[in-house]
Amino acid sequence: MSAARRPILPVILALGLAVALAFLVSDYRLFQLTMVLAYAIAILGLDMLIGYTGQISLGHGAFYAVGAYTAAILMANFDVPYWATLPIAALICAGFGFAFGFPALRLGGLYLALATFALAIAVPQLLKYKAFEAWTGGVQGIVISKPDPPFGLKLSQDQWLYLFTLMVTVVLFLLARNLLRGRIGLAMRAVRDHALAAEAMGVDIALLKTRTFALSAMYTGIAGALGAIAVQFVAPDSFSVLVSITLFVGLVVGGITSLAGAVFGAIFIVFLPNIAENISKAAPGAIYGVILIAFLYLLPMGFAGLRRRVARPGATAQPPAQALTPSPGTPSPGKSAAEIRIKSG
Amino acid sequence: MMRYPVFTAAVTAAVMALGLAAGEARAGDMPGVTATEIKIGGTMPYSGPASAYGADGRAELAYFKMINDQGGINGRKVTLMSVDDGYSPPKTVEQTRMLVEQEGVAFMFNGLGTPTQTSVQKYLNMKKVPQLFVASGADKWGDYKHFPWTIGYQPSYRVEAQIYAKYVLKTKPDAKVAIIYQNDDFGKDYLNGVKDIFGDKYAKMVTKDISYEVTDPTTDQQVVTLQASGADTLMIFATPKFAAQIVRKVYDINWHPTEFLTNVSISVGAVLKPAGVEKAVGIITGGYLMDSTDPAWADNQGMKDWLAFMDKYMPGADKTDGNYTYGYAVAMTLAHVLKECGNDLSRENIMKQATNIHALEIPVLIPGITVNTSPTNFHPLRQLQLARWNGKTWERFGDIIEGNGS
Repeated sequence: MSAARRPILPVILALGLAVALAFLVSDYRLFQLTMVLAYAIAILGLDMLIGYTGQISLGHGAFYAVGAYTAAILMANFDVPYWATLPIAALICAGFGFAFGFPALRLGGLYLALATFALAIAVPQLLKYKAFEAWTGGVQGIVISKPDPPFGLKLSQDQWLYLFTLMVTVVLFLLARNLLRGRIGLAMRAVRDHALAAEAMGVDIALLKTRTFALSAMYTGIAGALGAIAVQFVAPDSFSVLVSITLFVGLVVGGITSLAGAVFGAIFIVFLPNIAENISKAAPGAIYGVILIAFLYLLPMGFAGLRRRVARPGATAQPPAQALTPSPGTPSPGKSAAEIRIKSG
Repeated sequence: MMRYPVFTAAVTAAVMALGLAAGEARAGDMPGVTATEIKIGGTMPYSGPASAYGADGRAELAYFKMINDQGGINGRKVTLMSVDDGYSPPKTVEQTRMLVEQEGVAFMFNGLGTPTQTSVQKYLNMKKVPQLFVASGADKWGDYKHFPWTIGYQPSYRVEAQIYAKYVLKTKPDAKVAIIYQNDDFGKDYLNGVKDIFGDKYAKMVTKDISYEVTDPTTDQQVVTLQASGADTLMIFATPKFAAQIVRKVYDINWHPTEFLTNVSISVGAVLKPAGVEKAVGIITGGYLMDSTDPAWADNQGMKDWLAFMDKYMPGADKTDGNYTYGYAVAMTLAHVLKECGNDLSRENIMKQATNIHALEIPVLIPGITVNTSPTNFHPLRQLQLARWNGKTWERFGDIIEGNGS
C-alpha cells in the first residue's frame, strides 16, 4: 500500500526531533512543549467530531476540565500514580461524552454548537459547587506534585513528563490514524458529507455520532489530565469558556481532518498569546485577533491546507466557509477503505 | 564581581537542567542582579475576565520608570517584567516559569489573583524564589510556616472582618449580629475573622450566620431569615452582585440594622447604584488607601505627589481608579525593600528585608496606616479606617483600627 508508506519518513524525522528536543531545550520550554502535546491531543479529539463527523462542539473545554480534575483528584486525594489517572480520566470522559452526546446529538449543526457551549459555561460553576467541594477544593482548586522520573532515570521532572506525554501522544495519534483510515472513519465522513446516503448504506447515524462524541470527549479528557499534571494545579478559573474557544481556534488554524494540523494548531494556541503580548501589553487580545484573522486569510485551510497546497498546487482556493465539506482529494464515501488517504503527517 | 554571578547563574541553570536540585540558591547567589540592574517579574491579568486589575501592573511599571529616571535604587535600574496571565492559572504557571527560568528574575512581585498565585506558590517556594506582596485579599498569603517565601500585602479579608468585629464590640457590646457570607474561601475568611474577635462570645452575639452559593439566583430568603433572628447588626460578606441584592432587600423588608459591607463590594457603579444609593445610606465599610475623589486629601502632599506622578507617567489614565493608587503604593513598598537590601540582593536578603519592615509610611495610605512585617508576621497591612455611605460618597470616620496579627 503505497498510500500508507508515503508519510512515514517525515513522521519518523519529526518524532526523532521531538525526542531530541527533550535534551536540547530548557525545562521551561519543555513545559511549553508538554502543553503543546496535551493541546494537540485535545484538538485531535475535537477534530474527530468536527472535522470528520461534521458535528460542531464549542464545549470541549468541559471535557478537558473533567479530565484535568479526574487526574488531580485521584492524585491528591487517593494517591493514584499520575500514569494510572490517564485511563481513568479517559473512561470517565468517554462516559460523560456518551451521556451528553446521546441527547445532544439529536440537535443538528448550530443547535448542537449552542448546547455544547452551554456545557462549557456550566462547568466552571459546577466545579465550585459545594457538594463536590471536599474533592474539588472549591475555588481554591487542587495543587498536585510533579511526578519524578521512574527507574532512577537521570532526567529532570520536566524532561520526563515531556517524554511521557510524547509517548502517550504518539500512541493516541496512531490509534486515531488507524481508526480514521478504517471503516469507522469512512462512516464518519459519510455521515458528515451526506447523512441520508450514509444511512441508506447501513450506518446507524445516531449510534455513530454518539460514539464519536464519546471518543472525542475521551481524547480531550486525556489531554486535560496530561495538562493538569504538567501545570500541577487545577481550579475553576483554569477552565473558563475560553478553553473551548481556544481549542476550536487551534483546530481551525491547524486545519481540520489532519493529524499534523492538530499539532500545528496546538503550537499556535500555546505560542501566539505570548507573541501578541510581546507586541502590545495594552491590548494583547486585539493583537491576537489581528494575527488570527491574518492567518485565516493567508491560510484558509489552516496549516494542513498549506501543506496540501504545496503538495498539490492544483487543489487550492477553498474558502474557509466550506471547510466542513470534503477537502480536495478526500475520497468520496464510495471508495474502498484501501484507497483512503487521509492527508495526515 | 561581574563574572561571579554570571558563572554561578550558569552553573545553577545547568544543575537545574539536570534536575538534580530544585533551586538550590546558596547565600551569595544573586540571580537577576548585575552591577547596574535588578530584574524582577510579575504576572497580571492584562487580558481576560479580570483585566480591570491590569491597571495595578501598569501603575507599577510607570512607578519604576520614574524611579529609573531618578537614577534607580542604590545605583541599579529596576527592570520590572510584568506579563499577562489572563487570570488563568495554567498561563500563570507558564509565565512564572518563563520569568524565573528563562529571564532569571530575582523574584516575583505583586502577582495578582488568588487562584493564579496559588498555582505557583508551591513552585516558587520549592525554588526559593520570593513571591512578594501577592495582590489578593486571601488570608493564606501570611502562612509563613508552610510558605516562607510568600508574603501578602493588603489587609486580608480576615483582618477586615476582625476590624468590623472589634468596632462592634467597642461601640455596641450587646449587639445581636447576623452574618451573611458567600460559601467559599472568600466568605469563610470573613467568618473566621469575626470568630477571631468574638471568640467565646460568638454563639451569644451572633444570632444567625447564613451562607449563600454563587450559583443562587437570589439571596432574599436568607435576608428574611436573618431578620427573623432578631438581629440589630448585619455583616454582609458578599461579592458585588449579591451585595447589591442584599442591601436592597434589607431596605425593602423595612429592616434597619447597622450594616457592615466588605470593601470588595463598595463600588458605587456595581453595587450601590443597582441597590439604590438611598437604600444604602448608613452602611459601614473599611479602607486603607486614599481615594482621589475624597476632598479631604486635596491639600495632602502624598496625594499631590501621586497626582503629579499620574500626570507625568500615566497621562490619560482614570485617576478615580483605585487600582492605580494601589499599584503605586505597593511599588513604593518594594522600592523601600530594595533600598534596605543595600548591595546584598540575594533572594535570602530580599526576603529578610521584606519581612522586617517597621512602621513604613506610604504617602497614599490613609494617614496613620503603616506597613509592618516581621519574621512571624507576613501580613504587611493590618489596619483600616471605617467609612460610612452618606448617599453620595463614603465618609471616613473614627480612628484607625488594627486587626489581629498574623
